[in-house]
Amino acid sequence: MEYVENIIGRKIPKEVNGRKLRPFRGIGMEPIPDRKTATKIRRRLPGEKKLLKSIEEAIIKSGLKDGMTISFHHHFRGGDKLMNMIFKQIAEMGIKNLTLAPSSIHPVHAPLVKYIEEGIITNIQCGVTGPVGDAISRGKLKGLLIVRSHGGRARAVEDGDCRIDVCFIGAPTADEFGNLNGVEGKQACGPLGYMVPDAQYADMVIAVTNNLVPFPCSNISINQNHVDYVVHIKNPIGDPAGIVSGTTRITRDPIRIKIARNCVKVIEASGLLKKGFSFQSGAGGISLAVTQFLGERMREKEIQGSFGMGGSTSALVQLLEEGLFKRILDVQAFDREAIRSLKDNSSHIEIGASQYANIHSSGAAVNVLDTVVLGATEVDIDFNVNVVTESDGRILHGIGGHQDTSEGAKLSIIAIPLLRGRNPVIVDRVTTVTTPGMNINVIVTDYGIALNPKSPYYRRLKRKKTIQYKTIKELRDIAYKLVGGPPDPIPFKDRIVAIIEHRDGTVLDVVRQAKDK
Amino acid sequence: MKIVRTAQAGTLESQDVLITVQKGKPNTGLVIELDSPSAVQYGSKIQSEIETIVMEFKIEDVHIKAIDKGALGFTIKARTEVALKRACE
Amino acid sequence: MANKKTDFNFIKKTVEDVTKIRRTRLYIPGNNPAMIRNSPLFGADQIIFDLEDGVAVNQKDAARILVRNALKELDFGDTEVTVRINSVDTEFFEKDINEIIPAKPYAIVFPKAEDEKQLLDVCNQMGVVEEENNIPIGSIKVTPIIESAWGILRAENIAIACDRLVGISPGGEDLTADLGAIRTLEGEELLYIRSKLVLAARAAGIQVFDTVYTNIRDTEGLYNQTKRIVRMGFDGKACIHPCQIEPIHRAFMPSEREIERAERIVEAYTMAQKEGVGVICVDNRMIDVPVVKQSERILKRAEAAKKR
Repeated sequence: MEYVENIIGRKIPKEVNGRKLRPFRGIGMEPIPDRKTATKIRRRLPGEKKLLKSIEEAIIKSGLKDGMTISFHHHFRGGDKLMNMIFKQIAEMGIKNLTLAPSSIHPVHAPLVKYIEEGIITNIQCGVTGPVGDAISRGKLKGLLIVRSHGGRARAVEDGDCRIDVCFIGAPTADEFGNLNGVEGKQACGPLGYMVPDAQYADMVIAVTNNLVPFPCSNISINQNHVDYVVHIKNPIGDPAGIVSGTTRITRDPIRIKIARNCVKVIEASGLLKKGFSFQSGAGGISLAVTQFLGERMREKEIQGSFGMGGSTSALVQLLEEGLFKRILDVQAFDREAIRSLKDNSSHIEIGASQYANIHSSGAAVNVLDTVVLGATEVDIDFNVNVVTESDGRILHGIGGHQDTSEGAKLSIIAIPLLRGRNPVIVDRVTTVTTPGMNINVIVTDYGIALNPKSPYYRRLKRKKTIQYKTIKELRDIAYKLVGGPPDPIPFKDRIVAIIEHRDGTVLDVVRQAKDK
Repeated sequence: MKIVRTAQAGTLESQDVLITVQKGKPNTGLVIELDSPSAVQYGSKIQSEIETIVMEFKIEDVHIKAIDKGALGFTIKARTEVALKRACE
Repeated sequence: MANKKTDFNFIKKTVEDVTKIRRTRLYIPGNNPAMIRNSPLFGADQIIFDLEDGVAVNQKDAARILVRNALKELDFGDTEVTVRINSVDTEFFEKDINEIIPAKPYAIVFPKAEDEKQLLDVCNQMGVVEEENNIPIGSIKVTPIIESAWGILRAENIAIACDRLVGISPGGEDLTADLGAIRTLEGEELLYIRSKLVLAARAAGIQVFDTVYTNIRDTEGLYNQTKRIVRMGFDGKACIHPCQIEPIHRAFMPSEREIERAERIVEAYTMAQKEGVGVICVDNRMIDVPVVKQSERILKRAEAAKKR
């Protein structure tokens, strides 16, 4: 195999499975393609109906054949039932050799492992959590897994790197003419933002709903002109309990609280926390606490921010309702409060995946973010981040918006405890690079805060006497001392099972097949 | 020292380890059965930490089962020592 | 009063031993590896690994070894580490001393202190273990907790029982029970006891630490109580949850005016020392040594507040 080294020092094969790989060359260094892809032209004449009664009928009408690419959204998260349901039907119909390109795969999709083993699914393009990732790491997938960020996925769909033949959209509410919303019905999930590129660029779009309402439905988030068929079934497409949590509780863990408080200190010290401030964080324990503590500081300093970006949570909604942020831009909702807010509050605005994070667009929302607080599985002394592979080398997580927000935001902060069990989080070299270190400004851990010397905020933050810093190497040394030395190398087989793309479509790293224990 | 009974020390809480010490079959030496989320990167370190403590006790045939929940060295060694003491007393 | 057995070559306590900032003393259950590992991260001035009430009777052996290993292997940075052992009337006491002393904590927190003789015996026993382990005798300090009416009555004798003693404190729960009193938020039932311990400690030239505030959810109540004991003269307060550290530190934070005045007093005193002037005046008031000491204490607290 022939290799080239990319700009962050990872050896990238020139070609895998006949797929030519372009090495990552740095931010904005890769030439952009000329045109986006175009979708197939469809025609609906007056009087033609779109309503179908069964999944089987929908699959037949979609023209799905061996070797095609299909997509789904992950807005139902752990409560999704649609993907498993459709694949059961596909398997019965004997269709094989499919490329599965949803916006994410979750542990609830464990039944797909069987279809991978049977060759019904032979390629996967998306972030993967749970048993499917494990199966891929063990070499069960015939082809390759391409892991992209949310923005990278939107780019790939629109650029034609990932052409969607048939897109199945689980719709909490739909009318018979194909207008869809995510805020009403039993399976309400909030925005349908991750499916906007698919709705616009797939050759065939099929909505599946349990909640059919008279035309036209309200709160339309995906439009009739993109949707070819609406399937109304009784069988639930999602389990509400798995789709959203109740109100997400703020952590009581003093370690996470300490880390969150320090994140807020850093944000304040950066000078960004002023009128018009914008911010994104996720739904994890530290992120939620950061959102809450930021709110406290904004209240005390009487600062009104411009927007908070979601993954929205009740913590963020509270800040909107208090007037501490003027708007929420939201691509997905994590709890009931967030869904209610999206439905009722005109300042809570739904955005699509491209609008959120696509680098090949005329402006993604991540580009106007002041600061983002993110997690990590590993960070190395060059600040490269791994969020995909576990300490045993297996693929267990997706990238989400990590690459996009860290690149777009002025100040990107990684907030993590220094150890996960006995595994050090700060290491000499991450197992897999999933976000390049050049996009990371600060690491906040329970054992100290480290600044990236290459960050534009380095000098400004370093000057502040309110914060004591350590170097990233000092943090690594503390971690290694605690756990008894550097980790043993993870044994891998030679076969490449996954490609980690940067959001621009170049390759950051590859993942090899894990050796069985 | 001599093992007179099967004994345990530790818990299954996060960052702890549950060590179970049993008399081994004659001439099997030290057998360690390790179940750890850090087995790939730190399994050999955990094994050697357990070994050092067993050596101090000068016991011949012993079977040790370690169910690890991310314990650091000081905990692995402490739990092994206590389990052995409880097994020998 | 003299320490007969260890008079010879005994490491005397230093000024640092009895003036160090110890606003918070955080109890960590001795059989919990996660909390032990995290203990230096919360910003407490002192950690107390607890082998006594925080450990089930059938896990005393496990906690003892775990804490000993932690003391030997973990890096606690500038956080002072102490261990609360089991009381002298238990079967665990001797084993605790024998395992913990060689691991060299800063001090032993000695519960259920009853009188000076008992304490002197304990200090001597510690000396034996120190000697066996080639640790200079007197290295490891002692902070007794007085938990009975009898003990409180002997407080001034306990405070001078041995040169290892660097501070004393009351044990709130047991003491209230022993008195037949009811524990209140205002703490009037402990008022005399607190006052008496401050007096005993200052007379002996050592520090005095308050007992715990048991409601961990009520951080404002904790703050108010801490304010009161700061005014009474306490140097610190025990705590049982990391979330109690911030309110206690806040309560120990001197005001701008106090800091400013303390700075002027210390400055005037230093000048006077240099120039050999006997009497010093600040704001038209004569300043004597206790006021200077108090001012130094205030400045130390202000300094500590900047760090944590």
